This record gives sequence, C-alpha cells and structure tokens, in this order.
Amino acid sequence: MLQTIFRSQLSLGLSQAAVAAALAITVAILARRRGIHLERETLIALVRGLAQIVAVGSVLVLMLRGPRWTGGFLLAAMIVAAGATSAKRAKGMPGAFRVSAYAIGSGAGSVIAIMSWLGVIDAAITSLVPVGSMLIANAMNTNGLALNRFRSEVLAHVGEVESALALGAAPSQSVATFVQSSFESSLIPAIDSLRSLGIVWIPGLMAGMLLSGSRPVYAAIYQFVVLAMIFASSGLTSLVSTILIRSQVFSPAEQLLLRPEA
Amino acid sequence: MVTTSSTTGTPSRAILRCEHLCRTVGSKQIVNDISFSLNTTQTLAIVGPSGSGKSSLLRLLNRLDEPTSGTVYFNEVDYRQVAPRELRRHIGMVTQRPFLFPGSVAENLQFGPRQRGEELSGDGVSNLLERVGLPGFSSRSISNLSGGEAQRVSLARALANSPSVLLMDEPTSALDDEAKKGVESLIRQIIGDQRLTCVLVTHDTAQAARLADHILVLESGRVVRIGPTSEVLHASDNL
Repeated sequence: MLQTIFRSQLSLGLSQAAVAAALAITVAILARRRGIHLERETLIALVRGLAQIVAVGSVLVLMLRGPRWTGGFLLAAMIVAAGATSAKRAKGMPGAFRVSAYAIGSGAGSVIAIMSWLGVIDAAITSLVPVGSMLIANAMNTNGLALNRFRSEVLAHVGEVESALALGAAPSQSVATFVQSSFESSLIPAIDSLRSLGIVWIPGLMAGMLLSGSRPVYAAIYQFVVLAMIFASSGLTSLVSTILIRSQVFSPAEQLLLRPEA
Repeated sequence: MVTTSSTTGTPSRAILRCEHLCRTVGSKQIVNDISFSLNTTQTLAIVGPSGSGKSSLLRLLNRLDEPTSGTVYFNEVDYRQVAPRELRRHIGMVTQRPFLFPGSVAENLQFGPRQRGEELSGDGVSNLLERVGLPGFSSRSISNLSGGEAQRVSLARALANSPSVLLMDEPTSALDDEAKKGVESLIRQIIGDQRLTCVLVTHDTAQAARLADHILVLESGRVVRIGPTSEVLHASDNL
C-alpha cells in the first residue's frame, strides 16, 4: 500500500519508519494501561535509534570506501558505545561501564579477531563491519541481561549473601549461585536463536545473501556460522562480565556494596 | 568487664574492644564514638529505640560494614589486620531472619566449615542439632521448617564454626510467642554451656535482663549508659 503512495525510496523509507514507530508506541500505550510506563523510554529509544542508524549509515558509506584500519576503529567505537549502553542496565553497580566494555571487548572482540584471521569473516570492511556489529550488538544484549539479572538477584538476596560472608565465605562463593543463574539466563536468547534457526526465523543476513545472488546452501551455512559466532561471543562476554562484576560489588574488606536504597 | 574505655583506662585483656567507633552514611552519623570492651564469657545486650544504631553497631563488630573512624580490637589485635573471613569465622552472627541457604539442614550446618576446607561429619551435624533441640532434622529440607526451627538451624549454623564471640541481632523478634520462648531459652542454655562471649541486640529490655550480664543503651548512635544489667536497669527505673 505504501509503495503505491510513495514513489521515491527516501519517502517510502520514512513512511515505513513512521508506521513501525507508531506500532511500537501503540504497544507502549497498551502497557501504560496496565500501569507499566515504557512510553518515555520507548519514544527516546525510537528517535535515538533512527537518528543513530541514519548517521552511522551515512558514516559507513564514507568509511567503507576508506582504508582497512577504519573498520577496526569503527568496531572499537561500537564496543565502547555498547559498553556504555549495557552498563545502564546495571544501575548502582560500581564499575559497570568498565566491566561491560572489557567483557564486550574480550567476548565480541576476540571472536571477531580470530574469525577474521581464520578467514571466516571476510576482512574487507564491507563484510567485517556489518558482521562485527552483529556480534557486538548481541554481546551487548547478553551483557545487559547478565548484569541486570545479577543485580536483581543480589538485591533480592542481600540477607543470604551477608549470611554467607558472616560464616566466613569468600565473596565469590557468597554470590556463586547468582553468577551462575545470570550467566545461564543471559544466554537464553542466543541459544533460542540457534535452536530455532530456519524453523522460526530466517535471519536478514541470509535473505540479503540470497537476494544478492549467493547460493542458497552457502547462504544457509554462513547464517549458521554467524549465529554460532554470536553464541560464542555472547557466551564469552557473559562469562567475563559475570566474573568481573562479582568482584566489583564487594569492598576490599569483603563487604557487600550493592544494597537496596533506603 | 564491660566498660567504656574512657571510664576505666586500659581494661584487662578483652576479647572484643571497640575504640571510638563511628559510622556515617551520607550525612547521617549512625554510630557515634562508641567505646567499650568485652571479656570472655560476658554477654552484652545492646538496647535502644528503633533507629538508634543497634544493628549498625553490631554489623561493625564483625566488619560487615566499615567504620568511618575508630576500630575494633579482637583479642587485642586491630581487626583491620585480620583477614575478614578469618575474623568472621571467629565472630559468628545470627540475624533477625535466619536466611538459610537452599538445601537440607545438614548442608546449611556444613557451609561454614566447608569454607575453610573442613568437612563437618554426620555426627558433628547431629550433635549440633541436638544442642539446638532439633534431633533428627539433618536431612530435612529448609523449606519444611517453621520460623522457630529455622532460627534454631541458623544458630546451629553459626555454632558450627566454633566462634569465640557470637553476635545476635534481634534473634527472636521475627518469631511468634511460643517460638520466641523456645529460642530464648535455647540461647540462654548455649551461652551458659558454651561459655560463649555474646553481643545481643534487642529492643526488649526484659529479654536483655534475662539473657545479658551487661547492658549498653544506645540513643541516636551514642552510648547513653553502659554497665552491669542490674545497675543499668536500676538507673533507668530512677529516671
């Protein structure tokens, strides 16, 4: 229907974005009726997301024509931004940004580096940046989930954590159960994506490869490769993140610093 | 002898000695210049109105919180020189709510010794459970315990570490009357039998009189009165 009204690609794109945003806002309004206030956060995220993707798209066009190092620079900037974004899911946790940046850097960064070196990811910027950004974005989501879950678990079990400390437990032991549950729950989306690949969803990368003329079997296999890389980088990110954050919530004298606000 | 150090000068060898202990949170001073010493086998009750800093003071004694200034000497050693885990093993704590770990009663009792690589035997578990009046509870899941039973397990769990000092933060206030009587009588028995040094926080002056030989009265984080139970209660009656 929109194609018949809007002839130019730009106006069609903007109209499609407006419809999709309206749908998201409708959901936020429905949530508001049930007392869940997401409207402000949704609106900001939509505007910000659109502005960012348009800006990055424009920069990408320029950078994709640039020297190879610009790809690494762009991915490093993405890791820092991803660290800052997912750290916001860990409100009140000391050192959340540093932990997130290290975790995403070591998780997604190492997978990107190894896979580029092995030739699994084409080192050309046109391939490295889009695939790398997918790994970083998923690592960011996993990291956010892990930190958020860890924070909630510790805040809900302050008594148990301090009882363990009072019995002479090491800080790492006193939160071991919560580290484990945070790690497991943060990987649920990545595991489910891998499980449902091709059955519940056909990811955009595969559709794009098919449209650009790749052989369907190779497109399918490469999609699996990407999802396996996403799982690996997300898993590594969550592992590093949960290990690092557990030491951040204790003082050098092994006192729990993360406590409910009075 | 429980004293404020300012009234007696240097006390005889104390197991626990606080010197000018302060803790400030934000702009609020919740513990304000508290000094006292406690000798082996003495039981000190800390009493005072809600928000007077009783629990905050107790948490400073096993270093669950950090003093803003001042310190605590455990066996005449500044507790900042002792590894926190080692300190907490020697200064056990029982909280208002038992906060048992998921699993069986035996697993809860074995938790403390396991932290230092020791295994509490089945007989050890049974002995502890008998001491707290719960024989045969070893394999019981903690989800099947009443409030009073859970608090007894919490007490046994603290004792499993063989502490030299036991801190108790309102150990009976979350219990119904019947369970409260049982746990209080158990505490009295343990204090007597074990000759443990205890610091008990309670809002119940009558309970303090029944359990403690010394009382420290706190108000707004400051010591208002400290001394033998009879003297402190007598002084309070005369106000």
